[in-house]
Amino acid sequence: MTHPQTHAKEWLNATDLDALTTRLRLDILQMIFTAQSGHPGSSLSCVDIIAALWFARMDHTHFDSDWVDRDRFILSKGHAAPALYAVLMEAGYIDKAELPTLRAINSKLQGHPASKYLKGVDVSTGSLGQGLSCGVGMALGHRLDARNARVWVLMGDGELQEGNVWEAVMSAAHHKTARLTAIVDRNRLQIDGSTESVKALGEVAPKFLAFGWNVLEVDGHDFEALAKAFDQADAWAESSDKPTCIVANTVKGKGVSFMENQAGWHGKAPNQQQFDDAVAEIEARLAQLS
Amino acid sequence: MGSPVQQNETKTFEADIDLEKPQKAAPRVTYGETLVALGHENPNIVVLDADLACSTQTQFFANAFPERFFNQGIAEMDLINTAAGLSTVGKIPFVSTFAMFASGKAWEAVRNTIAYSKLNVKIAPTHSGISLGEDGASHQSIEDLALMRVIPDMTVIVPSDSVETEALIRYAAETQGPMYIRLVRPNIPVIHKSSEYKVNAGKLRVEREGSDITIVATGETVYHALLAAKHLSEQHQIEADVLNAVFIKPFDAETLAKSARKTGKVLTVESHSIIGGLGGVVAEALGEHQPTPLKRLGVQDTFGQSGTGDALFKAYGIDASAIEAAVLAWA
Repeated sequence: MTHPQTHAKEWLNATDLDALTTRLRLDILQMIFTAQSGHPGSSLSCVDIIAALWFARMDHTHFDSDWVDRDRFILSKGHAAPALYAVLMEAGYIDKAELPTLRAINSKLQGHPASKYLKGVDVSTGSLGQGLSCGVGMALGHRLDARNARVWVLMGDGELQEGNVWEAVMSAAHHKTARLTAIVDRNRLQIDGSTESVKALGEVAPKFLAFGWNVLEVDGHDFEALAKAFDQADAWAESSDKPTCIVANTVKGKGVSFMENQAGWHGKAPNQQQFDDAVAEIEARLAQLS
Repeated sequence: MGSPVQQNETKTFEADIDLEKPQKAAPRVTYGETLVALGHENPNIVVLDADLACSTQTQFFANAFPERFFNQGIAEMDLINTAAGLSTVGKIPFVSTFAMFASGKAWEAVRNTIAYSKLNVKIAPTHSGISLGEDGASHQSIEDLALMRVIPDMTVIVPSDSVETEALIRYAAETQGPMYIRLVRPNIPVIHKSSEYKVNAGKLRVEREGSDITIVATGETVYHALLAAKHLSEQHQIEADVLNAVFIKPFDAETLAKSARKTGKVLTVESHSIIGGLGGVVAEALGEHQPTPLKRLGVQDTFGQSGTGDALFKAYGIDASAIEAAVLAWA
C-alpha cells in the first residue's frame, strides 16, 4: 500500500513541546478532576514522552483509518489513558468536547484505552504486561510486508514485574524486531510504594542489555534528550538487528509539586482545593513560558 | 421409550458412513495440511505456536512458510498477544498450543487483548478434553469451552472429524473476528463426506433424526452419539435425534428447542466438564426456551487422569456404550 498523502505536520521543537505538555497537563488534571477518578501521577510522569513521540517523531498520519503503514504506538501502561487522550485531542483525533466525559458512562474515554471506542487505538490495554508482545507482533507484520513503519511501546516500570513482559523481551530479541522500541517510564513508584520496596527492579538497563537489546537511558522530561534517544533508536532500527529499549527516568506526578514522587497520587483524583492549587501552579508555569 | 416410529421420522444423513468400522483420521493433521493450503492461497495467513509445532502439526506450515511461522517458545501469554499485534497490521494469525494452555494460561490475554479489541485472531489449540490421555489431568482441558464461551464477542467452534476440521478452518480464515477452534489429539472416525460438507454458521447440525430422545454431542463425542443411536435403533427401537454442536457459541437454541419439543428428553455428551460447556449451554437454552428434562454426560466435576483415550472415554462415561446405557436407563 502506498502512503495516501505526505506528512503535512511540522514537528515541534523542545521549547514548543515544553509549552504544549504544560497545557496538556491542565487537560489531564481537568479530565481526572471532572471524573473524580483516574491516575494523575502515572499520566503526568509519561505525558512528555507521549507528546514527544506524537508531535516530534511518529508518523501517525491517518491514525484513525485502516491504513496499515502508519507507525504504531501502544500505551501498555493503560492507566495513563488521560495522557494519551490529551495527546489525541491535541492531534485532532478526539473532539475536545469529549474531555469532561472521561470514565463516564457511554464515553469514548474509557478508564483504560479501548480500541472498541477509539479507532486507531489498535489494542485495548489496561491489564499490564501485554502491550510489548502486541508490539512485537506489529513489528513482525510490518517486516513481512516490507514496510518501514516503526512500533513504539510505552510501559510502566512497575509493569516490568509482569512475566509476560519478559516473554516479549525474549521474543523481540529472538525475532530481531529492530523497528520496535520499548520505552520504560521509570518513575520508581507503584501503587503500594516504591518499585524497590514492592518488588525490586534494580537496574533496568542492564536487564534489557542481557536479553540482547540495544539500551539507552535518558531523562524522560528533557525533550532534547528524548529527541536524541529517538534519533539513536531510529538509527538502530536501520543499522542493528536488535530492538531498542529507552529507560526514561521520570518523576511521578511531574509538574504538580505536591503530587511529585508521591505513590499516593498513583490513582487518586484531586479534590477542589488540590485541583485549584495544581491548576494555579501549572498556569504560573505557562505564564513563565510565554 | 420404544414408541412406534414412522419410517419417515428416522433419517441418518450420512447413510454410507460405516459407523461400526469407520475410517479414522487425525483432525490436527488435517488442520496442519489445511493451514498449508491456506498459506498458498492467502499471503496474510501467519501461524504461531508455543514449542508444540510437532504436536499441533503447525510444523507443516512452519516447513512450507518459515518466514510466516513464529515459534514463541514456551510462553503462552506472549503467544496470544503477539498474534494480537500481527492481526492489527493486516495478518490473519492462527495460534496453536495445547487447549489447556491456550484457554487456561493465556485466558486473560485472550479476553483483554483479543476479544475486547475484537481482533481477527484464530486460536486453534489441539489436545483438548480427556482424549489427550496419558499426560493426565495437568494437560487435559475440561474447562476450555466454558472459559472461551463466557468471553463476549468470542466464537467457539468444535469440529467433530477431519472433514469438519478442514471446512471450519477455512471458514475461520474467511470470517472476521476472534475464534476458538477446539481440536483433539487422537485419530478419530470420519463421519462426514468431504464433498458434501457445508458449514452452517452458528447452527446445530442435525446428523440423524428420531423422535424418542435428543442427543446433543460435540467434537469427538458426535461419533459416539451416532453409534449409540444406531444400536438403540437396531436393538431397542429407540430413535434418537442426534445434534452436532459444531458451534458452541453462538449457540443454536432454536434447533435444540424444536428437537426437545419433539422428543421431550435431552442428553448431552462432551469430552469436557458438564459445567459450563455443552451441558451448560444446553441447560441454559432449554431453561429459557423449552424447559425439558436433561441429563449431561461428560466429566462430572472432577479432574481427569492418565490412561489411553479410549479407556478414559469409557471410565468417564462418554463413549457409545455409556451413551446407550444412559438412554436405556432413562427409558
